[in-house]
Amino acid sequence: MSYEDVPALVTLMTGDEKHGGAAESTLDVLWVLYDRVLRVDPDAPDDPDRDRFLLSKGHGPMAYYAVLAARGFVPLDALPTFGRYDSILGQHPDRALVPGVELSSGSLGHGLPIALGLAAGLDLEGRAGPRVFCLIGDAELDEGSNHEAIALAGRLGLSRLTVCVMDNRSATHGWPGGIDERFRLEGWTAATIDGRDHDAIEAAFSTDHRGRPHVVVAEVERKG
Amino acid sequence: MSAMRDRFMRVTGALLDERPDLAVVLADIGYGYFQDAGVVARHPRRVLNVGIREQLLVGFAAGLAMEGIRPIVHSYAPFLVERPFEQVKLGFGHQGLGAVFVSVGASYDAAAAGRTHQAPEDVALMSTLPGWHVHVPGHPDEVEAILRSAAGGRRLDYIRLAESVNPEAVPYSSSLTPIRRGSARGVTVIAAGPSLAPVLEATADLDATVLYASTVRPFDADGLRRLLGAPEVVLVEPYLAGTSSAEISAALADSPHRLLALGVARREHRHYGSRQEHDRAHGLDAAGIRRSVTDFLALAA
Repeated sequence: MSYEDVPALVTLMTGDEKHGGAAESTLDVLWVLYDRVLRVDPDAPDDPDRDRFLLSKGHGPMAYYAVLAARGFVPLDALPTFGRYDSILGQHPDRALVPGVELSSGSLGHGLPIALGLAAGLDLEGRAGPRVFCLIGDAELDEGSNHEAIALAGRLGLSRLTVCVMDNRSATHGWPGGIDERFRLEGWTAATIDGRDHDAIEAAFSTDHRGRPHVVVAEVERKG
Repeated sequence: MSAMRDRFMRVTGALLDERPDLAVVLADIGYGYFQDAGVVARHPRRVLNVGIREQLLVGFAAGLAMEGIRPIVHSYAPFLVERPFEQVKLGFGHQGLGAVFVSVGASYDAAAAGRTHQAPEDVALMSTLPGWHVHVPGHPDEVEAILRSAAGGRRLDYIRLAESVNPEAVPYSSSLTPIRRGSARGVTVIAAGPSLAPVLEATADLDATVLYASTVRPFDADGLRRLLGAPEVVLVEPYLAGTSSAEISAALADSPHRLLALGVARREHRHYGSRQEHDRAHGLDAAGIRRSVTDFLALAA
């Protein structure tokens, strides 16, 4: 399936329209990650050498499910069951139910601390290949747990860690000075890009950032 | 350092020597000990100090567990259980991951430190989460047995270390252990962890069956039904009063009984001093337990 097919897959999932904007904002980044960046295989979802992708911002996962379906992780016929009692697809993802999902998320501020531990665990295992990607929202950055993690990741120099902040300017009090600067102060490398530009997204996630964690701030239309 | 905590730290150092899949995760508290004991020097990559960041402490440990590392997560009870409780709930049970959590500062062990450093609610809180095995050892030997068992497993274990220690260890069992047998006309007293010593003193001349629990979740309901001496039941827990009342009521649902639950009162107790003074204030010293038990039995007479 191609990128052009994905919006139609999103429309198969109804009942969580209040988070439609959240789904819309992440669509291009998720597509590029799964199409061009992540080393993951739907036929070997537990490969220990796969890249790990954690969707911390679990709200509005319709785009996530659609991309996972387009890439062969989620059965297409599961999409219309979204939110139903026996569905594998809830309004927040559950790693025990959805093939390819690494993190059960929804409550904000949990994914990034877990991503740090996951990256450290891969270091302890001595696995050189796998990278860890974590997607959060600009409003999710309000959660203090993220700032505990941003500080420590910089100190530890977790170079296998890349965070994507989807910036639809929905943080209640904004981020004066810029989101990227918040990370740079803690020792991260940072890039701010157009979150709709597929080549820019691919390039930002392919940056060499040895010795330091990396953040990609993907700007999209303002929420609402 | 308390005897239980000292044993925990020495055994944990030894376990790191033995088991490459273990890691200790700390939020400053305890790191100095592991440094002084040479454990950090031996295992610099597996004693991980995230700084004073308790939400990160738990989330980070969950990430390690995702990669098959067995994390031993250690801090003061309020900072390990209460402050990051949602991380405990979502980072472990909801993700389907295992860990060993070990707390110090049981109930009012830090009596002089005041309420900010006290968490008598910890066992009750952990008991609301599915899948956790909650241990309240009463002796350093029990700490070692429980810790070694927990470290070797894949499940969720919470081990609560206390300053109060029973004079003798009870061989570790996840089941209720009979300590003393009385008649059906007497009283059945269930003592959790360090409560055993004052319970035995309080009931020395009473017709009492005394049962001991160092693992309180899952609660040994079958054992209670099998070992029940008398239908007058007194539960003595060195944490929030009534924490295990529902477990006992469920276990004895088909058996007429009366239950008295003793423990730390649910009130803001604005006093400092020593844990012994707090024991007296909550009626958890031997004299207080005896007074409560005899009053309870007098009501039945």
